[in-house]
Amino acid sequence: MAVLTNKQESIEMRKVYCETMMEMAETDNRVVALDCDLVSPIGMSDFRKKYPARMINCGIMEGNMAGVAAGMSARGCIPFTHTFSCFQSRKCVDQLFLSAGFADLNVKLVGSDPGILALYNGASHMGLEDMGILRNIPSMILVEPSDAVMLRAVLKQVKDTHGLHYIRMNRKNAAAIYDEATKFEIGKGLVLKEGRDVTLIASGMMVELTLKAARLLEAENISAKVIDMFTWKPLDEELVLKSAKETGAIVTVENHRTETGLGMAVANVLTENKAVPLGRIGIGNVYGEVGVLPYLLERFHMTPEDIAQKAKETIKRK
Amino acid sequence: MENELRRLKKTAVQVRRDIIEATTHGQGGGIHVGPALSATDIVTALYFKIMQVRPEEPWWEERDRFIISKGHAYAVLYAALAEKGFFPREELLTMRAINSRLQGHPAYHKAPGVDMTSGSLGNGLSCGLGIAMAMKKQGIAHKKVYVMLGDGECQEGMVWEAAMAAPAKGIDNLVAIVDHNHYQSCGCLDEIVPLYPLDEKWKSFGWHVMEVNGHNMNDIVNKLTIAREFSGKPVCIIAHTVKGKGISFMEHNNAWHNGTCSEEQYAAAMKELDEQEAAIEAGMM
Amino acid sequence: MDDKRVKELEIFAAQIRLETFKELTTLGFGHVGGAMSIVDALAVLYGEAMNIDPQKKDWEERDYFSLSKGHAGPALYATLALKGYFPMEMLKTLNQNKTKLPSHCSRVHTPGVDLTTGSLGQGISTGIGAALASRVLGGKNYAYCIVGDGECDEGQIWEGVLFAAHQKLDNFVLFVDSNKKQLDGTIEEVCSLGNLEAKFEAFDWHVQSVYGHSVKAIAEAVENAKAQEGEPSVIILNTVKGKGCRPAEEAAMNHHMMFPNAEENQKEQARMEQVLEDLQAEWRAM
Repeated sequence: MAVLTNKQESIEMRKVYCETMMEMAETDNRVVALDCDLVSPIGMSDFRKKYPARMINCGIMEGNMAGVAAGMSARGCIPFTHTFSCFQSRKCVDQLFLSAGFADLNVKLVGSDPGILALYNGASHMGLEDMGILRNIPSMILVEPSDAVMLRAVLKQVKDTHGLHYIRMNRKNAAAIYDEATKFEIGKGLVLKEGRDVTLIASGMMVELTLKAARLLEAENISAKVIDMFTWKPLDEELVLKSAKETGAIVTVENHRTETGLGMAVANVLTENKAVPLGRIGIGNVYGEVGVLPYLLERFHMTPEDIAQKAKETIKRK
Repeated sequence: MENELRRLKKTAVQVRRDIIEATTHGQGGGIHVGPALSATDIVTALYFKIMQVRPEEPWWEERDRFIISKGHAYAVLYAALAEKGFFPREELLTMRAINSRLQGHPAYHKAPGVDMTSGSLGNGLSCGLGIAMAMKKQGIAHKKVYVMLGDGECQEGMVWEAAMAAPAKGIDNLVAIVDHNHYQSCGCLDEIVPLYPLDEKWKSFGWHVMEVNGHNMNDIVNKLTIAREFSGKPVCIIAHTVKGKGISFMEHNNAWHNGTCSEEQYAAAMKELDEQEAAIEAGMM
Repeated sequence: MDDKRVKELEIFAAQIRLETFKELTTLGFGHVGGAMSIVDALAVLYGEAMNIDPQKKDWEERDYFSLSKGHAGPALYATLALKGYFPMEMLKTLNQNKTKLPSHCSRVHTPGVDLTTGSLGQGISTGIGAALASRVLGGKNYAYCIVGDGECDEGQIWEGVLFAAHQKLDNFVLFVDSNKKQLDGTIEEVCSLGNLEAKFEAFDWHVQSVYGHSVKAIAEAVENAKAQEGEPSVIILNTVKGKGCRPAEEAAMNHHMMFPNAEENQKEQARMEQVLEDLQAEWRAM
């Protein structure tokens, strides 16, 4: 059950990541961190200082890192690997599929700078399709935490659950959304706001923008339900279908390509059950480019205004 | 030769000015300064002495090619292309900015003179090998493909796939240049995964290996000329360089892997470059 | 190692070859060449070098083995069955529907298989991971890995090679099965590896080259490798692809072969049984 916070603050996610990793390493000697030359960008310097033998900087070799993690898990460690989301998916999908996935090993992946959050690093570094690529691995669990409270909870759950998990993570500042009282369960979406006319389903950094869109709609007397669908796989199908029935229209909102992302996952559920009008916000069939966040949000039609507009169009199709 | 070396050194100073200008006053904010400055002298020698290219006909089929596989050093490529006349120098200020042709990592065909897209480390040598093989087939094997790799980049297995394949395929029109500045994004190469002995590694993979002082123009031109004329094997040049070379407060300082200058830092950097130019003119450098 | 122990390992190798051949002929086809070439190394690993207990296959303090050239699985299955990890009868099910013995090694399916392989290049990294985890957790285990020579085309091999040397992983022993052939032809034709010893030396490994069909030489090389401190060790096995299986040794293309002729299969099996019996007779006479 989601309890929203009143705090108007923004928290650096990598700081929370490092703190949580240190907490977990303290109580569980099986926890190790692996990285491909991005230890400082992901904020793990303190972890490295405290646990030098358990912070393995593999160098620039993503395929090898994935395999080493699988092997470490076979010998009883719980490895958390990190690199940018684009490399975590595009550079080592085969290793993750076979060495870790099919082998039923206990490997945790963290992919940072997802989607357009690669900003100035541009097209080559934008993981616009990481979830789409990784979802093809049958046992892969995909999560995208939206704020620091959720990140901390998800990391702990993931550590204590056997299997292959991918955590798609903004490493910079994220707006606070949840109160500490919120209980998170992987595979269950969270209803942030009830509504009658349309359901907006978002995750990660798009949750904050979607809440803003809901307020814009409210000003026009349109009642929008908002869901934080932080688990993309397995998707909370029950919640999608329940919301479709209640509101009769759905808009998905993602910082990812809709064709292989959240939009696709929701479309699959709707078409296999009871279809309602669906609108999708996210990246189309294009490559990324450099820019600051406000520009990129406009460029790819992902602003709160775009979301509200898409909601209105979708409602009209009822 | 004296005059020519002086000209090349002065061009390198100008390329460094362009890089400092772009990172201070560019619309795209900070850029990857350190890795661009370490490669500046070599890239200058390539474009202004070694390679045959046509700024007025950027996609001329018989040109020599250059791939900056360490794509985050885009700034030195863009600056050299601008100085060579591929596009106006003013455009350098749009580097990494929204809608610019000069993307944060080079994009093939997006800007005139960019011979290959890069940005995902490890890819460039394979692309260069492919171009070299095609050029052989097309009968323009007298032209070479130059690929600049980072030293940290040599940790990528894909580099060794191409390193293995090139001699096996009888390719000798490919030149790999390793910008050996001993740093990678996360710190000192030798602390992360060292590559020593790098020359032995390339030799053992069947390459002709040469070493060069990557900031001595005479040495650079000599070695690149030998590489250009070399046949029978692909050539690897290990260039010993200094990250941030040319600006005292950036040298050996990994904080400048990516950064932007304050106006004071800008003035100090430009002053150093002016002094270097004067020293070159006076034959002192 | 005394002569009698050497003979025992030779007998174990002959048994593995025979059982591998029976697996492949029962099915009618399979990756015979690369399976036969590693048999002597498997005999040394499972017969002598590795600290294992077939009764406790999940025992964490055991040594680990990664068959990175996963298509040689049938040879490993014969080895494991002979060691008692599962009944010999099961060998007949290779690649049959619902089998626990798929053509490429799977730790989920087969008792005794430590790591899953089948996509070339990957087993070196997982093997390294097992060795590294042992160090992190304060264990004493070794991890062993066999890669093919053709497999050394893969960049992931060289990532692993660079990484293990940097980690000074002296509880990791790598074998390269240098049988000079890959699927499409000889190594020289497809993509020459040049001087493999020099490559590993340039990557700061302890390097040994041995005749890959001498159990004595392999066993000694493993001892040397384990004695090294502060660096990983590679043993390059100079082998014959298809070794000890006449039809495979005689075929130019022997990566994957069909065995359609029951009579010829029977004849070769009888010959291999004779080889085994002769070795056993020699042992008894010692």
